[in-house]
Amino acid sequence: MAQNTRTVPAGTPTNVTQNHTKGGIGESTLRPDGTLKVTGEFAYSSDMWHEDMLWGQTLRSTVAHAEIVSIDISEAVAMSGVYAVLTYDDLPAEVKNYGLEIQDTPVLAHGKVRHHGEPVALIAADHPETARRAAAKIRIEYKELPVVTDEASALAPDAPLIHEGRDDHHSGHVPHPNIVHRQPIIRGNVAAARERADVIVEGEYVFGMQDQAFLGPESGLAVPAEDGGVDLYVATQWLHSDLKQIAPVLGLPEEKVRMTLSGVGGAFGGREDISMQIHACLLALRTGKPVKIVYNRFESFFGHVHRHPAKLHYEHGATKDGKLTHLKARIVLDGGAYASASPAVVGNASSLGAGPYVVDDVEIEAVALYTNNPPCGAMRGFGAVQACFAYEAQMDKLAAKLGMDPVEFRQINAMEQGTLMPTGQVVDSPAPVAELLRRVKARPLPPERQWETAGEGADVRALPGGLSNTTHGEGVVRGVGYAVGIKNVGFSEGFDDYSTARVVLQVINGEAVAMVHTAMAEVGQGGVTVHAQIARTELGVTQVTIHPADTQVGSAGSTSASRQTYMTGGAVKNTCEAVREKVLEIGRRKNGSYHPAWATAELLLEGGKVVTDGGEVLANLADILEGEEPIDLELEFRHRATVPFDLVTGQGDGHVQYTFAAHRAVVEVDTELGLVKVIELATAQDVGKALNMLSVVGQIQGGTTQGLGVAVMEEIIVDPKTAKVRNPSFTDYLIPTILDTPTIPVDVLELADPNAPYGLRGLGEAPTLSSTPAVLAAIRNATGLELNKTPVRPEALTGTL
Amino acid sequence: MRVNFTVNGRPQEADDVWEGESLLYVLRERMGLPGSKNACEQGECGSCTVRLDGVPVCSCLVAAGQVEGREVVTVEGLADFAKERAEHGGCASGACGTSLDEAKKWQARPGQDSQTGEAGTDPAALSPIQQAFIDAGAVQCGFCTPGLLIAADELLERQSDPSDQDIREALSGNLCRCTGYEKILDAVRLAAARQGEAV
Repeated sequence: MAQNTRTVPAGTPTNVTQNHTKGGIGESTLRPDGTLKVTGEFAYSSDMWHEDMLWGQTLRSTVAHAEIVSIDISEAVAMSGVYAVLTYDDLPAEVKNYGLEIQDTPVLAHGKVRHHGEPVALIAADHPETARRAAAKIRIEYKELPVVTDEASALAPDAPLIHEGRDDHHSGHVPHPNIVHRQPIIRGNVAAARERADVIVEGEYVFGMQDQAFLGPESGLAVPAEDGGVDLYVATQWLHSDLKQIAPVLGLPEEKVRMTLSGVGGAFGGREDISMQIHACLLALRTGKPVKIVYNRFESFFGHVHRHPAKLHYEHGATKDGKLTHLKARIVLDGGAYASASPAVVGNASSLGAGPYVVDDVEIEAVALYTNNPPCGAMRGFGAVQACFAYEAQMDKLAAKLGMDPVEFRQINAMEQGTLMPTGQVVDSPAPVAELLRRVKARPLPPERQWETAGEGADVRALPGGLSNTTHGEGVVRGVGYAVGIKNVGFSEGFDDYSTARVVLQVINGEAVAMVHTAMAEVGQGGVTVHAQIARTELGVTQVTIHPADTQVGSAGSTSASRQTYMTGGAVKNTCEAVREKVLEIGRRKNGSYHPAWATAELLLEGGKVVTDGGEVLANLADILEGEEPIDLELEFRHRATVPFDLVTGQGDGHVQYTFAAHRAVVEVDTELGLVKVIELATAQDVGKALNMLSVVGQIQGGTTQGLGVAVMEEIIVDPKTAKVRNPSFTDYLIPTILDTPTIPVDVLELADPNAPYGLRGLGEAPTLSSTPAVLAAIRNATGLELNKTPVRPEALTGTL
Repeated sequence: MRVNFTVNGRPQEADDVWEGESLLYVLRERMGLPGSKNACEQGECGSCTVRLDGVPVCSCLVAAGQVEGREVVTVEGLADFAKERAEHGGCASGACGTSLDEAKKWQARPGQDSQTGEAGTDPAALSPIQQAFIDAGAVQCGFCTPGLLIAADELLERQSDPSDQDIREALSGNLCRCTGYEKILDAVRLAAARQGEAV
């Protein structure tokens, strides 16, 4: 097959994030990478290209649970254009597994496969089609084993153990080896509180398996280096976490694995785990040639973890004046074949399982199971999403039973600053839950029967079913629903969560210029924009360059848990403050004798000058820096410490910060065909401080739409008998199009958190929580049906289930 | 096989193309034009949308051999394409493309100055829809952006003042996972409004 004939290499990561827009914090500064992204010049990980590079391909298991009897690679190896075929036997180091918290995931399957799509062999070839054909020539003989697919089959007395001989730090306290982690939260006396309840409602809720479905497929380029190491250009959420998992299985010290972030086409949690990183490095080191791996969409569905599907059983009580008495909940999360982030998801689901409500008597238990289903881990909202779906349905049930307005009922019970969480932690910053609900409720409703046009009948485009012309309005009913949620920000439960920033300030061509270097993964959220805004604000400069993210600087932690503006933004702020002190030291040395204010006044850097807090200009920044070595500092930033939840009671100050969002959904349902059209999804969220309102609103609308998706269409369907994935494609796994997505008006509150940099509140995840239950509530309101499962499929609305 | 076609006005020749290769693969991996994106490679997401003789198509679904002798416009050539259209009147058929002489002047823009961070790109070099996407905040991760830009530009070419329903219909073949589409609607409205002001 033909070699590449191309002579022009694609862009390299060095040109992905230069900054040429202006503006400090609070301004809607435009993205610095916007121009490159609209011209097609921005280099995503799948655009990486190297002369003489090979293409890597993964061969994945076709069965969910089996012993591998034999692997025959002879035909594949013999093919023209094939440079390497690797199996488990070729792994170079003692360490053969990786994982975020528990190292239970094999780089390549050894002995057995535990889920459909598990990587078994790797191929490097001169053309992607050669690699695919070679993969098809590998013969694997499987001896199938019974599959574990749900709680009953996982915990049955004779259940096959997914991981025999577990010895991780959770295995000692779980009641069954097929339970990854269990976290109870017990506070007060539920039995006594139940006696006080005038009404009690119970519900069983089922949350389907959602996929992150980021558009940029898993991909990257590994280039072998002369020193025996490897350079890896890849899309990820956390370079240093990848590095810690990659280096040991390659048998290399970390300094010989140099990672650079390449353009990331969305993440949403799906890039927290390793996908092709190790595979590409193995092939590059084996062949001595650069190797590029790009998943196609089918493989992408197998290449990353999904959102945990969940079964949630909830019981709430309330008095007739609308006060919650107690909560008893059991949350069962399906973690699939490998642990990934399951332990932390359990911590979130349990500790946030009561929602943003005051309820003193609580018994919650959350568990994550090992099964032979696809592995599940991080996705936007991380455990809080599943719980919110259940507790919000419960709030509506209670309000209905008490004959109260659902918003008023929630407001009566809404937490506020000072409320105790079920973990005993005090909510010590603003918690405007009632106000967020008030705001979405106060917004005027969109007009009824918007599809009716003057004289021309119905505009079918505005109706459920749209241009499919399935209805002209007969049988269409409208409903309105509300929901609100609580999410933690940052890594919790005692995790040493920190971020590093390096800032260089120097004079270039007579002007003071700052360079910000972090390992933060820019996945689309706009970190590169706000880092430059922070540097401009703190250093009073106009020109800020954002250095490409790589492992040559300290860890920035993960771009997840709504933490990156808080953490790496905080690190940039703190480092800039230290740089400012250095500037003032030099200024005092050079100019201190000319003006007493150098010694006495509070000094600021503004507009390229050193000024007093009274506004008097003391010097030009450029003059101070001229002739000096560049000021070059690298500092770490930590948020306040948290502690692990007690394993028996779940008590402990486990979270850093809480964030809140509310939604009102307006839907129209064609009751004849069971089609839903969401008309509007009004949102209100407290962001503490909006560093960039344009980005803030974009994040809220995007998160809202992902919640809408899971409400009405998104679900990875796993066959319950075989544990095989049925719909790994964009033909069969549906995400909302622009026709499925309503207008999303956004109302932003800015109630500062006194403990956070600039008072900001992490914001990326909260809007994903409440939009799903709000849409469900609206559909229930329209149809009168109970609807306890996501997504709501037509057959659930037409009684043809 | 050898395939001769025109990309963004420049004649191109791709050699040793395997019969099963898509136009998307040839553009990305042989021509060095990775702007058209590879998100699903089965015609579902629209990220690889290009104009083929003026018609928006998913380049992943077009066999490379099918473009023999034809004209392709990718996001890399969108600014020149829009400029040409503005200078020589609208192109109702959508098949006008960029003239060969004009296109021969095309060259990759210099990279940005990594020291000062100043853009080497003149913002005026962007097409109205490209500028509107930046200004409206319609770009987040940006992976869907090239395909959306081609589709939106084609919409505005044939319909200068589209309604929201028109925009939604025209862009319904392009998935975006980041933005929730509101700011994409804003961007198309903004480009249409600016286009209207300019007339």
